[in-house]
Amino acid sequence: MSQVKEVVTKPVFENNPIALQILGICSALAVTSSLKVALVMSLAVIAVTGFSNLFVSLIRHHIPNNIRIIVQMTIIASLVIVVDQVLKAFVYDLSKQLSVFVGLIITNCIVMGRAEAFAMKNAPGISFMDGIGNGLGYGAVLMFVGFIRELFGSGSLFGVEIFSLVNNGGWYVANGLMLLPPSAFFVIGLMIWGLRAWKKNQVEQPEFTIAPNTK
Amino acid sequence: MSIRSYLDKLEPHFHKGGKYENWYALYEAVDTIFYTPGQITKTTAHVRDAVDLKRMMILVWMCTFPAMFAGMWNVGFQANTAMEAMGLTEAVGWRGAIIDALAGHNPDSIWDNFIYGAAYFLPIYLVTFIVGGFWEVLFAMKRGHEVNEGFFVTSVLFALILPPTIPLWQVALGISFGVVIGKEVFGGTGKNFLNPALAGRAFLFFAYPAQLSGDAVWTAVDGFSGATILSLAQTGGVEEILANNITWMDAFMGNIQGSVGETSTLALLIGGGLLMFFKIAAWRIVAGVMVGMIGMTLLFNLIGSDTNPLFAVPWHWHLVMGGFAFGMLFMATDPVSASMTNTGKWWFGALIGVMVVLIRVVNPAFPEGMMLAILFANLFAPLIDYFVVQANIKRRKLRNVH
Repeated sequence: MSQVKEVVTKPVFENNPIALQILGICSALAVTSSLKVALVMSLAVIAVTGFSNLFVSLIRHHIPNNIRIIVQMTIIASLVIVVDQVLKAFVYDLSKQLSVFVGLIITNCIVMGRAEAFAMKNAPGISFMDGIGNGLGYGAVLMFVGFIRELFGSGSLFGVEIFSLVNNGGWYVANGLMLLPPSAFFVIGLMIWGLRAWKKNQVEQPEFTIAPNTK
Repeated sequence: MSIRSYLDKLEPHFHKGGKYENWYALYEAVDTIFYTPGQITKTTAHVRDAVDLKRMMILVWMCTFPAMFAGMWNVGFQANTAMEAMGLTEAVGWRGAIIDALAGHNPDSIWDNFIYGAAYFLPIYLVTFIVGGFWEVLFAMKRGHEVNEGFFVTSVLFALILPPTIPLWQVALGISFGVVIGKEVFGGTGKNFLNPALAGRAFLFFAYPAQLSGDAVWTAVDGFSGATILSLAQTGGVEEILANNITWMDAFMGNIQGSVGETSTLALLIGGGLLMFFKIAAWRIVAGVMVGMIGMTLLFNLIGSDTNPLFAVPWHWHLVMGGFAFGMLFMATDPVSASMTNTGKWWFGALIGVMVVLIRVVNPAFPEGMMLAILFANLFAPLIDYFVVQANIKRRKLRNVH
């Protein structure tokens, strides 16, 4: 049981796919301007990573080694289509906002990375949990970035007004930059800074050191 | 007791184990404002020169004074003229109270104009200095490096490129972004690849476009709206500017709407000329910007356009519009974020000159191209240097082939 707990919780802070492995940045920039969209995207990715790990792991002994990537891609692509159809059926407006990014989950390095690195070597149950854990790690970052961007960019959370905007007679001047994708770069960068200040073992070794000019 | 002996008496408290160990950076900053730093180079790299980084930065700071004073006068002149036209006799708010206590509102009086401008510019500069200085000292203390005089320059340049009516909290936010994200996260002065003052302004420009652009922000009078000559040119070309009773000489002298320090091309040329004379600003970059700008403008003049009047604007108007002169002389020549090699400086400058005209003329969404052009070229500066160095290596290798 402790192994299950480890594979689920470790990717959230210790080995976060976005913050430590710097994977899946593209969609993190694109879908975090509001919390609602970020939440749906997180759930979609959790579902895809979980089930792709499960199915890849189930047939891992039957996959010929030289075409394994294609097999994994087929499974992931099928799951992405299922998720996309579910979203279109039940939350059509949100799926329109997510537009191409649900389809692009297939190119998300986290999904492929976990299938290749974990599901190919482990039993189905634990692989499923690993997929869920990594999806959670991705989702945690998305929610954090979405929280900051929506709060400061539109003064609201999940569409509910928190800071009353100047346009509506309040006091808060919305920060337009926060609604533009580059702001996610700054927010993720600052978040990684904070995380590495907290967990020092995540700091990378410097590639080189500059010799001091004066001693 | 002289300042030296007083400072020497204080010094032990700031060393390791002293009472104010953490505040060493601040002590060092004050000490080296009054006296030359005591350190000398001990390793192989060795340059003999009477000027050091601190003197150099303070010289740049002083060279902004012509533009600063001309800018303050112009802020007051524009506001007082607008008030006269609108029939107002009293300025509003706490700034208004200061102005009314010290001066009248006669647009012909230099004193009245100057006080009006100072009441708007000095608070901006003060906030920039205090907030930016706070981050600078905080990082210096935490990282154990010195407070660099580069901040003197960054702060004054940042304050000069803001519109006079900007809310002070936005000034604080902008300089925080410029100093922290634009400079300190990369390791402080000398390691930043962007100009910190421009990074701060770019942040404000995209975050709060309503306070940084448009027609209402340039004159510090409520309810008055006056377009910059750049946006006049956008509507109707040079004819539109002349139709608003603005001559080229007005624009050259700085008698126009605009950010505080960018209006007077003449004052900027005086300050920038001094900088080039002292060899702090690289003349090659300035020349490169001019060449690029003139070349691109002539190209657009040649192409012509029926729908976009900016195509026909001649180069001597581009020189006096918007932040061109300020950016060319004070921003592009920032020694840290520009190209280092002599050939590279020409290319770097030319890239800015070409980009600024391209953005101004072809992209109507961004009225002020200078900021974006310089930031863009900053990103290319290391690449330009790399190619110049590689080309040189290749050339010298070929020379030795027998």
